[in-house]
Amino acid sequence: MLKNHKSEQKIVPGGATQNLKHESGRLHVSGKATYIDDIPTPANVVHVVPGLSTKAHARIVSMDLDAVKRFPGVLYVLTAQDILGENQVSPVGAGDEPLLATDEVFYYGQPLFAVVAETRLAARKAARLANIVYEDLPTILSIKEAREKDGGMVCRPLEMVRGHAENALNNAPQRLSGRITVGGQEQFYLEGQAALAIAGEEGEMRVWSSTQHPTETQHMVAHILNRPSNLVTVEVRRMGGGFGGKETQANAPACLAALAAEITKRPAKFRLDRDDDMIMTGKRHDFMIDYDVGFDAQGHIQGVDMLLAARCGWSADLSGPVTDRALFHADNAYYYPDVRLRSEPFRTNTQSNTAFRGFGGPQGIAAAERIIDEIAFATGLDPLDVRLRNTYGTQDRNITPYFMTVEDSISKEIMEQLAKECDYRKRRQEIRAFNRTNQYIRRGIALTPVKFGISFTATHFNQAGALVHVYTDGSVQVNHGGTEMGQGLHTKMVQIAMREFGLSEDRVRITATTTGKVPNTSATAASSGADLNGMAVLDAISKIKDRLISFAATHWQVAPGTVQFTANGVQVGENRIPFADVVKAAYMARVSLSSSGFYKTPKISWDAKTGRGRPFYYFAYGATCAEVAVDLLTGENRMERVDILHDAGQSLNPVLDIGQIEGGFIQGAGWLTTEELVWDQNGRLRTHAPSTYKIPACSDRPPVFNVKLLEHAPNREETIFRSKAVGEPPFVHGFAVLHAISDAIASIADYRICPQLDAPATPEHILRTVEKLKQQSKVPH
Amino acid sequence: MRHHIRFYLGQTLHEVSDISPTLTVLDWLREQQGQTGTKEGCNEGDCGACTIMTVRLESGQLTWRSVNACIQFLWMLDGAQLFTVEHLQNPDGSLHPVQQAMVDMHGSQCGFCTPGFVMSMVAYVQNGGGEDPKAINTALAGNLCRCTGYAPIVRAMQHACRIMVEQGNHFDVAKQNIILRLSALQDDSSVDIQSHCGRITLPASSNVLASVYLENPQATLVAGATDVGLWVTKHLRDLPHVISVRSAKDLHKLEQRDGGLWIGAAVTYTQAMPALATHLPDALETIKRIGSTQVRNAATVCGNIGNASPIGDGPPLFMAANTILHLRQGHIRRQIPLENYFLEYGKQDRQPSEFIEGIFIPDQSAQTVMRAYKVSKRFNQDISAIMAAFAISVGTDGTITQARLAFGGMAGIPCRAKMAEKALLGQKWDTPALEAARTAILNDFTPLTDMRGSAWYRSTVSANLLTRFFEETAQHGSGQPLRLEGWREISHA
Repeated sequence: MLKNHKSEQKIVPGGATQNLKHESGRLHVSGKATYIDDIPTPANVVHVVPGLSTKAHARIVSMDLDAVKRFPGVLYVLTAQDILGENQVSPVGAGDEPLLATDEVFYYGQPLFAVVAETRLAARKAARLANIVYEDLPTILSIKEAREKDGGMVCRPLEMVRGHAENALNNAPQRLSGRITVGGQEQFYLEGQAALAIAGEEGEMRVWSSTQHPTETQHMVAHILNRPSNLVTVEVRRMGGGFGGKETQANAPACLAALAAEITKRPAKFRLDRDDDMIMTGKRHDFMIDYDVGFDAQGHIQGVDMLLAARCGWSADLSGPVTDRALFHADNAYYYPDVRLRSEPFRTNTQSNTAFRGFGGPQGIAAAERIIDEIAFATGLDPLDVRLRNTYGTQDRNITPYFMTVEDSISKEIMEQLAKECDYRKRRQEIRAFNRTNQYIRRGIALTPVKFGISFTATHFNQAGALVHVYTDGSVQVNHGGTEMGQGLHTKMVQIAMREFGLSEDRVRITATTTGKVPNTSATAASSGADLNGMAVLDAISKIKDRLISFAATHWQVAPGTVQFTANGVQVGENRIPFADVVKAAYMARVSLSSSGFYKTPKISWDAKTGRGRPFYYFAYGATCAEVAVDLLTGENRMERVDILHDAGQSLNPVLDIGQIEGGFIQGAGWLTTEELVWDQNGRLRTHAPSTYKIPACSDRPPVFNVKLLEHAPNREETIFRSKAVGEPPFVHGFAVLHAISDAIASIADYRICPQLDAPATPEHILRTVEKLKQQSKVPH
Repeated sequence: MRHHIRFYLGQTLHEVSDISPTLTVLDWLREQQGQTGTKEGCNEGDCGACTIMTVRLESGQLTWRSVNACIQFLWMLDGAQLFTVEHLQNPDGSLHPVQQAMVDMHGSQCGFCTPGFVMSMVAYVQNGGGEDPKAINTALAGNLCRCTGYAPIVRAMQHACRIMVEQGNHFDVAKQNIILRLSALQDDSSVDIQSHCGRITLPASSNVLASVYLENPQATLVAGATDVGLWVTKHLRDLPHVISVRSAKDLHKLEQRDGGLWIGAAVTYTQAMPALATHLPDALETIKRIGSTQVRNAATVCGNIGNASPIGDGPPLFMAANTILHLRQGHIRRQIPLENYFLEYGKQDRQPSEFIEGIFIPDQSAQTVMRAYKVSKRFNQDISAIMAAFAISVGTDGTITQARLAFGGMAGIPCRAKMAEKALLGQKWDTPALEAARTAILNDFTPLTDMRGSAWYRSTVSANLLTRFFEETAQHGSGQPLRLEGWREISHA
């Protein structure tokens, strides 16, 4: 039975639950951290560049690649015919995602072929010379079109029903309905998709990939090459950002690199240009959500009915679990007494939308927070009071729409604490006074909660493996199934080993993640990296420690209970012995100093058919208060102050967790404000580079930015040192900004009309909402 | 005439002759020098992951500049010393104070943008930058980070500023050495490189430039390459013959002369910024938002005109200020009002072999009030949805004697709102005049809808900016705060 090792000894400095700098910090700042394109490649490396469809939906009449092949430096052009196995890379086995298109294309940007050339420039130039004859087929580009034209869905829709929503809505004293749209989002990892493949002997293939899911990449490469997984090894030391965008989207690049390496018998590198990357790969799903809510004059929600439609793109990819998670979070922190939630995962002729931090959750939360806003305006209450009145209870009002009991709801307490600390009520009054005397610049404030479910909703993914070696000099090597994409996962794993063995950082080495060391891993996703891998690492370490304790007890003839691993060596009875000496002695006595570790999350289950279960091991909580200023003449806006209180349990590393919260908030705020994806009527993405797609820049962070971890809040569940996952939940903090902007706009109609501000709230969308409210309130300009 | 370019990479002198006109500094570093610390994030000068620092000897002074290596051509380094992230560590291996601060303040997460940030930060401290967060925002506007949300990076920048005041840094120690080395690279000779890859001409003067261009009208003029760079990295164009503008020393003139400001063709936005700030009241806030620090360090004021983008921010500013464009073809020189240069989208009043020598911005009269407004989706480093620059003169009788309302983003070329101007001329600058101009301006333009804004947005905002202009400049304006300016400031202009 796996247990957290609770010991009296002082934790070694930097050990788990203490601050430690990012394990690669020194390498990052000196340019020595190696990413895929930095790996020294053999001189005869070839470069692979895909040729992309220029139609959103069409039959391929003919594909003339002569000019491509004739271009100087081109060695080979890969097409679907070259694929040795099945031409299929659907990560969920949906069978709807060919690696290279054959007779039909389904979105503008779909890979048709891949050029293999001596130089990347030659490959890029040649890829543009294909002569493809298409026969246009009808396209479905938007959610609206998908619904109107009945274009079908990429996977089964989900329905969650608890109680009788229709009755509750009919019987509620007040009822209203509406629609919110929320845009998609490009992951914009700074390191684009990249892979390097080198063929070995007897069908072996080694692939270095910027992937969040080495095991799946391994399986896909094996599948495309038509060989068993044991011949393919995938390795990743670090990614230059992932954010979900490399959970499945790294597979095709790895497959194309491996295929090129296999066919040309030369090392092959695939690295996407930024524009191609954004045109080719999937993004966050945009949603259109219709809501119907019943409530009373005090703002208590009585019934909710929601239809959550998503643009999934041309193939299923992860749209099933993404749209499921939108439903799982369509309550955010609020109890819905009677509820019906339905998803519509629509198939469209656009990029196949995929994972992105929050994984559909934020889109569901957008609807929950809109409902709160609507109720506040309908009742005249402060939105914060509506929020406080509807949070999950702890004894009653604690059952989610999926029948999971919320055992530890702290949303109300967190919001109240934050409201007090940041002086929300007083500032709200001051802002309203300011707005009464200012015609063009208006201010707004909002305080919104975070409640995010932690675990993969596909229960079987909630497992992890690790491999820990102790060498005879007492140095330790840690390997696990998770991947490092900047979040500090490797740092936290090192910290666990430091704490458990009582070693300083320089004695613990983390290695690249490789399918050769830890097999059958889950994606580093769903915020699960530290939870799952941390416990697996702890398990491996515990096994080694148990052996060392039992050895030491025998060897030095003390009671096993007196052997302890401390920061200053191993306490063996009365003696303190250096760790390396204990290890050396154990080796001489033929004690195994290496162990694998394994972990599976307890308690969880989920049955989509019945809509019941406990999909989440626990929830992570938080709250944010944002204050903004909005220019009513142009819709431009600025954050002025942001206060965040976040629940990371007993943090594994407070400074890294603060970093996740700050970064997650800005990313969430960017999604809801400046980040706008625009397609033209031909289905061509027009925002495919940072020149046109605007993620937050340095000046977009709030000038007053207070971020705090909730104190004395260990996880009630037995997670690694009682910490909580901190990858995705902070993304949700961004909603305070959207609602603060909405609050500023509401001043136009003297706070009588809900602005119904959709996302992203670009200056243009804000100005439209301003004009709409002016019309509704008949205030002259 | 030299037939090679020469520059230092760190401490190593490179003399290069067999290079393509389109070889970028980034590709040269990564693919030919094996120096992979400098990263490619976007290959279009918008993310800053490839930021490097150049130092040049200009008028006897060292000028340290951060630039985007992805859209700098290697030949542009002639006479410079180039520093990358690989050159920052002290001889004893310890980190540069900026690097150490980034480690200590947790300024890196995934680390991919980090070398670029570090280089921008080092360039900032080399230029005497301090702890002011607004100045840091401007310095780092051209570096995108997707992980941290920037707060720890700014903390690191501030921390490094404090440390460096105490400790100094090894670049300062090496200053005399750098001056000596770069002096040795100075000569007055032009450079001409011809290889199987193409031809590169670096004229030492405008006279040489004029004659080479006359003989080679098909050649591509390149100043800062912040636009031409993208022809290469994104459109994959070959440039068989490039002629450098910035190598011509006499085109670097930036001076007050005969009732106006002269800006030579080789003057970058960074160099021109202080002069423009004093010469054109209210222009600074806009100029600080043109591109990024890296872009302004490379991009020239005249290049911003020469490429005739309908969404350039410079042309409306200069048009409102009645700027004269100086063109030259061989020995023939002519001057035209700037606005006449833009004929229609993609077409300018420029003959083959003709080039811009500079612009002349007349001093604004005491009766003239001028305001500039840049409206974009993101505040910093974004291409404008609408750029507006307004200048009006009000006579002693209170009537408007001159109105110049110039816009970018409203048409295929930068142009004036003639009907709105007409509605203002001869009127008192009062509410009826404003209303008349607001109505008229809707007939001045039929803007496009694109990813930066719809026709509706552009039209509505163009009228609303007149309201802002009125409130800021008319006697009976409301006196309220009117702008979201810079970072967390609401202020009067």
